[in-house]
Amino acid sequence: MPVSRTRTWIRFAATAAAFTLIAACAPGSDDDADDDAGDAGTGSGTDVETDPGNLGDVTLVVWDQEVRGGQSEQIDALNEAFEEEYPNITIERVSRSTDDLRTTLRLALSGDDAPDVVQANNSRTEMGQYVGNDLLTPLDDYAEAYGWFERFPESVRALAMYSDDGEVYGEGQLYGLAQMGEIVGAFYNKSKLDELGIDPPETQEEFEAALETAHEAGELPIQFGNLDPFAGIHEYGFVQNQFADAETISNLGFGRPGSTWLSPENVEATETIVSWVDEGYFTEGFAGLDYDEAWQQFADGEGVFLVAGTWLVADLDEAMGGDVGFMLPPAGASGQRLVTGGISIPFSIPANSENQDAAAAYIDFITSADAMETITETGNLPVVDAAEQDVDGLQAEVFDAWARAGEEDLVVPYLDYATPTFFDTLTAAVQDLLGGERSPEEFLDHLESEYLEHVEDQ
Amino acid sequence: MRRRPGPPGEPRKLAYLYILPAVVVFVAFIGVPLVRSATFSLYEWDGLGSGEWVGLANYAAVFTDPDLRGAFVHALVLIVFYAVVPATLGLLLAATMMRARRMPGLGLFRVLIFLPQVVPMVVVAIAWRQIYAPEGPLNGLLRAVGLDGLARPWLGDHTWALPSVGLVGTWVATGLCFVLFLAGMAKIPRELYEAARLDGARPRQEFFAITLPAVRGELAVALTLTVIAALKTFDLVYVMTSGGPGHRTTVPSYEVYRQAFVVGEVGTATALALVLTAIVFVVTVIINRIGGDADRGSRGRGARRRFARRRFARRPGSSPESPAAPAATGATGAAGAAGERPDTEAGSTGRRIG
Repeated sequence: MPVSRTRTWIRFAATAAAFTLIAACAPGSDDDADDDAGDAGTGSGTDVETDPGNLGDVTLVVWDQEVRGGQSEQIDALNEAFEEEYPNITIERVSRSTDDLRTTLRLALSGDDAPDVVQANNSRTEMGQYVGNDLLTPLDDYAEAYGWFERFPESVRALAMYSDDGEVYGEGQLYGLAQMGEIVGAFYNKSKLDELGIDPPETQEEFEAALETAHEAGELPIQFGNLDPFAGIHEYGFVQNQFADAETISNLGFGRPGSTWLSPENVEATETIVSWVDEGYFTEGFAGLDYDEAWQQFADGEGVFLVAGTWLVADLDEAMGGDVGFMLPPAGASGQRLVTGGISIPFSIPANSENQDAAAAYIDFITSADAMETITETGNLPVVDAAEQDVDGLQAEVFDAWARAGEEDLVVPYLDYATPTFFDTLTAAVQDLLGGERSPEEFLDHLESEYLEHVEDQ
Repeated sequence: MRRRPGPPGEPRKLAYLYILPAVVVFVAFIGVPLVRSATFSLYEWDGLGSGEWVGLANYAAVFTDPDLRGAFVHALVLIVFYAVVPATLGLLLAATMMRARRMPGLGLFRVLIFLPQVVPMVVVAIAWRQIYAPEGPLNGLLRAVGLDGLARPWLGDHTWALPSVGLVGTWVATGLCFVLFLAGMAKIPRELYEAARLDGARPRQEFFAITLPAVRGELAVALTLTVIAALKTFDLVYVMTSGGPGHRTTVPSYEVYRQAFVVGEVGTATALALVLTAIVFVVTVIINRIGGDADRGSRGRGARRRFARRRFARRPGSSPESPAAPAATGATGAAGAAGERPDTEAGSTGRRIG
């Protein structure tokens, strides 16, 4: 029977093919040679070429995720200025949204034809894993040559520093430089605060009193939408900053040993945010409200406070004119106005890039003092030199807050940096906590167990 | 007709040449990725460096990790919303419309019911996200009619988020089921209904004795498509809830994406994907075993015979002991659905019943 003979043959071929494939390729095994090559290349970088004019004709491939209005604008302006200054270098810009960049970056970095400059998120799941697999070039040699150590304070650099194996965050070598800073504070509606007769609160007690006053006056105390899960991290961090101290939060955030989620301060913070839900201090139905909708409602005059990051400055300023202010989270027991924050997604150099010197020159250029001015003009918060910029209104308040946070060392990391899966764990847990599905104790136990598991692995 | 051994004058092996392009495409785009995935699923691998052999641990995780297992449970719930409810609704709508053939505006209704099927899922998801918003149209409607107590942040509600997502699936899938059933019912000879009416069958009996068995083939197709859609749901969850609140709406496809691209656990992601593929495969086979046999096998006929006998048992003049007529009814209906047998025969069967 020819039919059955064919079937047998096909079955045999398929089985043979399957075995060959399984035997031949353990995942990633074929990349090892490239990784070693990348390592060797970076080791020899002690005397780096810092004058891009001497590099000959170079096409520099840059992958960024600055697709939004003012942010895209500043990159375009800086790229143009760079090409004008160094005519031998042509920039090929590839711009993708954060999510798209993330999904394509993994493959791009491990390939031979890697881009020369990429924006790699400094979280453990991204930069940490890339560093652990030798896919990014450590920038310490360049930092020395260009003077980045003096230019960028330790607190800013630490956010893009990893140990060689990518396991320890916040220490080790520098792997990226960011253009912009970001902090998560409270925007407030100035005329509403005036009507209620309240000054921007500076302590936890004042803040809670302000919420109560606003609530009694029939105003919505805090505008909040938690349908997009990341919003919960900001809201919870904002409250935690008013109770716990900087070291505890930093240890928890960076996933370093020595702290605990079960401390009395964390318990108090967790119970406080739950009590705000019970009191009705958040938008009704916040669990089903999306992030953009929430801040747009705030801009329309619904809500006295809005907990959000500096990425909303340009939009809120435009929508509310002079009627919006920005403040650091109020001070709690620690006496410090700790603020969650960090840097925009840093620019890094893939280990497989063939134009590393030119790439470093580019990164230096887009983070230079001149660049910070361009960044300011396009409505963003420059990561350094904020105090020297000439701004007014909301932007000035934000710049002052950022400068103060830098001077007084108030910045604590985002909590989701802790472990590779912590973003997911925390966002889901906060949704459960605020929805009454998890008690404060269950919430903290849940976070503690993942934190401990990670810390013990180190 | 006797099958001839092959086309005359042509070497038989040449046939393989004809299917070669298809085989190449299949192997390149389905076979190789599948085998590659199977390999990955045996490693703990972050998608970047070299993987570490873990055997079947990733599969164990799929069945023991409460979050991953939860995703499959949610998919089962979605099957109700994506397949069971739309198939039922589609049947009722189609049957109703078949009875009201000369209803004005019938074409318009048909278009309206099918419309959700035409709109891209992402657009559907964004639109429904707005509808479900705390101050959105749905809550607005509830409040307008005094049902303030029911208004809630649908997608942020731990109990209602999954049904809310499922309902969108119902809205989309009903159109598909409806159109399939309408096509199937259009092929049922009118004589069957006339005969049944002469025998005093009520609309309900007509539906269960004639219409339903006749569209059995379509039902199998509709269920196959919608169940697969339910198991594969991704876009609705990705756009509407991101799996929240607190993992209450995670589904297998979304977990595959999350594990591979967000968390960097490619091994777990591929294991999950393969388990999902296997489930889809098994479910499809089961549905087609039950439904698809209506077209050819004798296995389905026995069931139909019993069914028909029960329906017509009390009809005077009919002899339950000689099942020729009811059995023929079923067979004709199925054949009508498959469009294989000429109508004349069906017609004569109908007369025989009468």
